[in-house]
Amino acid sequence: MSLKFYIYLFVMSFVTFLIRMIPFTFLNKKIKSRFLNSVLFYMPYAVLAAMTVPAVFYSTSSVYSAAFGFAVAIILSFLKKSLITVALCSSAGALAVEFLISVILK
Amino acid sequence: MAKNKSFLNKNRNKKPTANITKNYFNKSLFVMGLKNSVPVGLGYLSVSFAFGIFAVSKGMKPIEALLISMFNLTSAGQLAAVPIIASGGKFIELALTEFIINIRYSLMSILLAEKADKNFTAKKRAALSFGITDEIFALGYLRNGSLKYEYFFGLLPIPYFCWSIGSILGAVAGNILPQIIISALGIMIYAMFTAIVLPEAKKQKAVAFCSLLSIALSLAFYYIKFLKAVPAGFALIICAVAASVISALIFPKKDEEETETAKETAEEITKELKEEVKKAEKITKPKKIKKQKEKTN
Repeated sequence: MSLKFYIYLFVMSFVTFLIRMIPFTFLNKKIKSRFLNSVLFYMPYAVLAAMTVPAVFYSTSSVYSAAFGFAVAIILSFLKKSLITVALCSSAGALAVEFLISVILK
Repeated sequence: MAKNKSFLNKNRNKKPTANITKNYFNKSLFVMGLKNSVPVGLGYLSVSFAFGIFAVSKGMKPIEALLISMFNLTSAGQLAAVPIIASGGKFIELALTEFIINIRYSLMSILLAEKADKNFTAKKRAALSFGITDEIFALGYLRNGSLKYEYFFGLLPIPYFCWSIGSILGAVAGNILPQIIISALGIMIYAMFTAIVLPEAKKQKAVAFCSLLSIALSLAFYYIKFLKAVPAGFALIICAVAASVISALIFPKKDEEETETAKETAEEITKELKEEVKKAEKITKPKKIKKQKEKTN
């Protein structure tokens, strides 16, 4: 393991720790700015959305299997299935397509 | 549940009546926290498993995935860190990415601190702050009355343990399983993110707008030539900040809504957790758990 990894580990852990520790320990008054509150409310969705698309299409070894898996995830999420159900069905869908591709290519 | 029981027994064996007045520690509250956190732990197992698979697929060692999980306890933050570390990105890029992704925990921390009991001193809060995640916040915030130190303390061990174990299991599985399965499992974590964002976007137009805007920006950074040069971490920061600031300007939350939405999200998370418990009950022996439930009720 390289030293650089430990520096990365320290940097991310330290930032994440301070973000929770400082407000929890020293602040006990609500944020009054309506704008700031709104930004903080939308932030998680913006982060997850940007992280997912388009990276999801390159998350498996073929764009086709990933696209199919993602489609499965979208449909099941609309039906409000639980995280683990969505994740496993999406993987299964991707696996099925990859299997098909490997059969066809052979 | 078995884990839960062993915790109980351990506590019973340790110093039964010592120091009741001075350092009084309300064990039953602690145990209640442990119990309530079991479904969170079960959920964390699967998410951190997906993280472990993902980390190894980007060239990390299992021990590195484990260390990241043990010191961070944040799903999106950890996932975003993997490509930055794998590509040898700048430290400042990593720091800023974590800051932007995890800034929502500050809001949760403030809300929890406001609710904290007098005995939940600043020192104790500082020591336990690392455990504030979306789900643990929900369990702490939804509790009637003030937030007691023992209860919050009890919420942490099981999810923390599951989060760590799940990521090492995922990482090891990522090294053992055949290539075609690992490839298919690579989509898991993104499917989970989809399952978090989509139901909320369906319910609130503003969230849908924000997510789509963020996706549009993300696509631009991926495919437009001169934007491609921007490192992944910075691109994510720009997408997230721009999308949420623009959404906040167009659809500001009403003042009374703040605590309401916090409560709503907290309630929703607990609802999901209850469903998870039901599923877990189906898997494990149903009779035993029913009896335990009757007792707690």
